[in-house]
Amino acid sequence: MLAFLLKRIGLLIPTFIGVTIAAFSFIRLLPGDPVLLMAGERGLTPERHAQLLKQFGFDRPLYEQYFEYLWGAFNGDLGNSLVTKKPVLTEFFTLFPATIELSVCAIIFATALGIPAGIIAGIRRGTTFDHSVMGTALIGYSMPIFWWGLLLIMFFSGIMKWTPVAGRISLIYFFPPVTGFMLIDSLLSGQKGAFTSALSHLILPTIVLGTIPLAVIARQTRSAMLEVLSEDYVRTARAKGLPPIRVIAVHALRNALIPVITTIGLQVGVLLGGAILTETIFSWPGIGKWMVDSISRRDYPSVQGGLLMIAAIVMIVNLIVDLMYGLINPKIRHTG
Amino acid sequence: MSEATLATEVIDKRKGGLIGQLDEFWRYFRENRGAVGGLLFFLFICLVALLADLISPFGPYEQFRDALLVPPLWEDGGDSRFLLGTDAVGRDILSRLIHGSRYSLFVGCIVVSLSLIVGITVGLIAGVVGGTLDTIIMRLMDIILAFPSLLLALALVAVLGPSLTNAMIAIAIIQQPHYVRLTRAAVLGEKNKDYVMAARVAGVGRARLMFVTILPNCLAPLIVQAALSFSTAILDAAALGFLGMGAQPPTPEWGTMLADAREFIERAWWVVTLPGIAILLTVLAINLMGDGLRDALDPKLKRS
Repeated sequence: MLAFLLKRIGLLIPTFIGVTIAAFSFIRLLPGDPVLLMAGERGLTPERHAQLLKQFGFDRPLYEQYFEYLWGAFNGDLGNSLVTKKPVLTEFFTLFPATIELSVCAIIFATALGIPAGIIAGIRRGTTFDHSVMGTALIGYSMPIFWWGLLLIMFFSGIMKWTPVAGRISLIYFFPPVTGFMLIDSLLSGQKGAFTSALSHLILPTIVLGTIPLAVIARQTRSAMLEVLSEDYVRTARAKGLPPIRVIAVHALRNALIPVITTIGLQVGVLLGGAILTETIFSWPGIGKWMVDSISRRDYPSVQGGLLMIAAIVMIVNLIVDLMYGLINPKIRHTG
Repeated sequence: MSEATLATEVIDKRKGGLIGQLDEFWRYFRENRGAVGGLLFFLFICLVALLADLISPFGPYEQFRDALLVPPLWEDGGDSRFLLGTDAVGRDILSRLIHGSRYSLFVGCIVVSLSLIVGITVGLIAGVVGGTLDTIIMRLMDIILAFPSLLLALALVAVLGPSLTNAMIAIAIIQQPHYVRLTRAAVLGEKNKDYVMAARVAGVGRARLMFVTILPNCLAPLIVQAALSFSTAILDAAALGFLGMGAQPPTPEWGTMLADAREFIERAWWVVTLPGIAILLTVLAINLMGDGLRDALDPKLKRS
């Protein structure tokens, strides 16, 4: 197991270095002079221009700049936002809990619905239930989620007036963030109605962000179930006269869920990508919206820092999923 | 020689060659009703895109100042000129949707051809040459995969400048790793088989070995991937358009049409709903087709 662990981490290092190079090159790939880009429309005097070039280190050789950037990144310095002047990393971690809260809720929603639906569809293969689950899953999989969000807002907020349109909590509640997770903070604040308000703000974004993972999980669970059900050991268990529920719950399900767990783990990238659209539609103050805003405000240090952080998070989560898979499935551990 | 030919003719009554393969493929494909439906709808969209200038009632940019936000025909206040209503500046939505199909299909075609050509070549090189080059290529692909795809596409478009062309380039880049990995994996599976060895021994050059000997036997998964990434490309391009980083207004691209739809949620549902339905149906049709392709081409599932 240790060898497997070291090998996987070893594979990750070159990729991580590549990611830092990609993030580093980002500002330098932008057409035009980086200082002029940052200065924006106002323009600069030549003296100020030279001074800024020196200040940002753009006058030194590229490799020196890169190592300085890398050194800064490892010490938690990703530069300052051009708009708010605050450190990029501080901004990132202020907004990140909102994205985690949304993503966790979305994946819970997707798993809680997707796994049972997939299992039943797999057991009742070819029935109307199976066809309707798979049809719905295919629609979910084909959904332009930004449009799906607009539709849900139009129906549930506009026509039914059930849910709020945007934000994380109603403006009448105010309390200092403790954990950064609105559901927990609203409970801790003890204010009446705060939790309900936070929850009602969360419902639509959760559905929107969870739709594609839900479809993927349901399809994957069904096909894993079908595969396992045709295995010899399931037939043996049936032949032994075990009750069908036991065959499914104990013999089939435990093996069928292994690939499903991996699939769930690999949704992290999908969630962070989907968060860009979901957060934009619901004005959810997380990193997805922050990235889009930073790009349109030309706040390049923020974009650069955000890219690096998000890629690092995706890589770490994928590593954990990989290791867990190795832990569950010895075949992978020994050959991979 | 003639005897052998005669013998095969007697034993094997199936059609040989490419036609035979297509024939066999079609027999599996048509069993899947969803896939055939998807194919028909896709052909319909293609037809609409081809004939856009002939069948659309108005030009996609034509404005009717007297008819702003007119609801569809069947709603109260509908105008018989505008079947699906008009948008906030008085353009006919049906005409814009019809012309929009061109952009979506164009994006799909360009992205898929770009990623197929580059991805297959790079994947073949990685698989056949192997060694350090293989490692470098695969690590590069890992780097691309480390970023959530839409985020990377956004960042690339920020570098290149927002436009439909740049959005297509960005989407082609983020889809690259899937093609490279698939091709490489297929090549590694085929590489040590006898027929490849035989070709090698016969002195076949590397390029011919890659493209003529090995590639045709690796095509099945790539065709399925191409169908699936056609739909992803349309979705991603629409998402970029929606975020203002793809096709720019007033282009009648479906995602771009939705970009400022949010402000009409309360008063003009058709402006919000219709372009999304167009995207959803097109993507759904292609995905249905892709599923059918996979079932027809996947030898594991064939029960002949």
